[in-house]
Amino acid sequence: MSAREASHRGGHAGAAADDEAVRAAEAAIAPRDPGSRHRSAVWAHPNVPEARRPSPDDDSPLAIDTDLVERWLVEFLRDEIRRRRGFERVVVGLSGGVDSSLTAALCARALGPEAVHGFLLPYRTSSAESRAHALLVADAFGIATRTIEVTGAVDGYLDGFEPEAGPHRRGNVAARQRMIILFDQAYKLRALPVGTGNKSERLLGYYTWHADDSPPINPLGDLFKTQVWALARAVGVPPEIVDKPATADLIRGQTDEGDLGISYPEADLILHHTLCGRSPERLAEAGFDPAGVALVTGRLHRTHWKRHLPTVAMLSATAIGEWYLRPVDY
Amino acid sequence: MTLDLTIAQFRPSKGNVEGTLASVVDTLVRASRAGETPPSLVVFPETALTGYFLEGGVRERALEADELFERLAAGYAGASDLPVEVALGFYELEAGHVYNSALYARLGPDPAPLHVHRKVFLPTYGVFQEERFVESGAGVEAFDTAVGRVALLICEDAFHTVSGTLAALDGAELILILSASPARGAAPGAGVPGNLARWDLLGSGLAAEHGVFVVVSQLVGFEGGKGFAGGSAAYSPRGERLATGPLWEEALVPLELDPTEIRQARTEEPLFADLERTWTRLLVNSPGAGVGRPRPEPS
Repeated sequence: MSAREASHRGGHAGAAADDEAVRAAEAAIAPRDPGSRHRSAVWAHPNVPEARRPSPDDDSPLAIDTDLVERWLVEFLRDEIRRRRGFERVVVGLSGGVDSSLTAALCARALGPEAVHGFLLPYRTSSAESRAHALLVADAFGIATRTIEVTGAVDGYLDGFEPEAGPHRRGNVAARQRMIILFDQAYKLRALPVGTGNKSERLLGYYTWHADDSPPINPLGDLFKTQVWALARAVGVPPEIVDKPATADLIRGQTDEGDLGISYPEADLILHHTLCGRSPERLAEAGFDPAGVALVTGRLHRTHWKRHLPTVAMLSATAIGEWYLRPVDY
Repeated sequence: MTLDLTIAQFRPSKGNVEGTLASVVDTLVRASRAGETPPSLVVFPETALTGYFLEGGVRERALEADELFERLAAGYAGASDLPVEVALGFYELEAGHVYNSALYARLGPDPAPLHVHRKVFLPTYGVFQEERFVESGAGVEAFDTAVGRVALLICEDAFHTVSGTLAALDGAELILILSASPARGAAPGAGVPGNLARWDLLGSGLAAEHGVFVVVSQLVGFEGGKGFAGGSAAYSPRGERLATGPLWEEALVPLELDPTEIRQARTEEPLFADLERTWTRLLVNSPGAGVGRPRPEPS
């Protein structure tokens, strides 16, 4: 038996020669990822993916080719905005966070910076850093900005009629008010609003329904937050934006990871393996923290409704989207 | 003598049959002027006439093969008198049935439809819903053309090695795979979406297994967020990659095929001769084939 054969079979307890061969093979084939029980191959065709078992220490399933993804999303934006919908301009709400910064940067690459209208839409509790970062990314990519405060509109409703509303409701009202402005500005400028939500927040339901998710196109919605970070770095979003803790900035001092109770790198890996069909039991066996898995899968399973259009009572065999099926670009 | 072919990596105008037909004719004319020798054959992708994701709209955009041929022949006759053959994917209507089909036709001075292949393996999982909207074709068949004996496969047909096997056993020496493969997977390494890396393995493997030329023509453009990335390719009878199309954009990819390479490859590594000699016996004696001896009852 050759060294490689012995290694493939996991070794024999029998002959000493075999044991030696196994040890030699294992010395030659170092594990690529400390938590993975698979051994990296001694040779490989680039087009054949390596099999990997899930491990909390192996984040390679989330690795992306950032050059490929940048071009992919630039082509997506050109196709969906210009060719399919006939728009030349877009509006993007700039929060100072990494999602909207990356979205604006990709739009500038796709359509030219002059085609991108960045809107800063602060509420009275929004941080000065958010504003500074929104202006920083706009400057980095040559995007013109306009600031429209939402405080008057939000407080006009809440202070006038619902003064007892807490920060959570205020955050939702502000998020929906921002979309009112973005859609109205889009109409005025004959532009298309572009959404900025990422896959992690979509899967965790961590956004305001029919607000952040309402623009008709979204380049980042199939990228986990950790992948957004990687792409943002590669595209040239300023590091102070990529490296700061993610926050919805609806409440002072708030962070996404504080709200969620888990870090994005941990949540993203659990989401990835769960979407690939691996059960919580399987993930626990592989060394994932059962409490983290329960937290993430619980949010996932409680929020399927949030990833759909409203539920319509079906009365006929021509119900839209149930029987009458036409794609969005038909 | 070599055969000059062109892959037309093509972006349809979604659902716009009239406009896309004009664009097909324009592409044929451009292909004829692109090189020193006009190509004998231009290969378009799957559903090139309409785009891929039509859902219930297939009923409204499907054409009878004869109507497509006549409109194509008339359009081409108004633009060029050079003879050319064309393979083109479209949704086909036939006596109340809808198929995902490919037409192979001769255009120019003596136009004629030569073959229609109806996609046999209809992907209906994940992003795919084909069985909901179209019916499955009956089989795989080779046919004679100006560029030799050809077989057409459409996308998932080629994911089943038996399709290429049947094409080769029917005498095909050139297998044209018309594909609309939504891009997915962006792992570092290959530099292309993961589905194209898979296509590279499939195309090369099929070509080398049977000692045939394989041409994969890919659709381009986004449909409702799903991106068709291009990346067409062609493979020699030894499984070598002959050419690739660019990512994300339309392109004419010229190919110059030397038919003598088929004989050379098949004599160097006579896998195809082994297959021809063994195929019938294998079918009869292998319970999994479902012919000859009955399958054993599970115990």
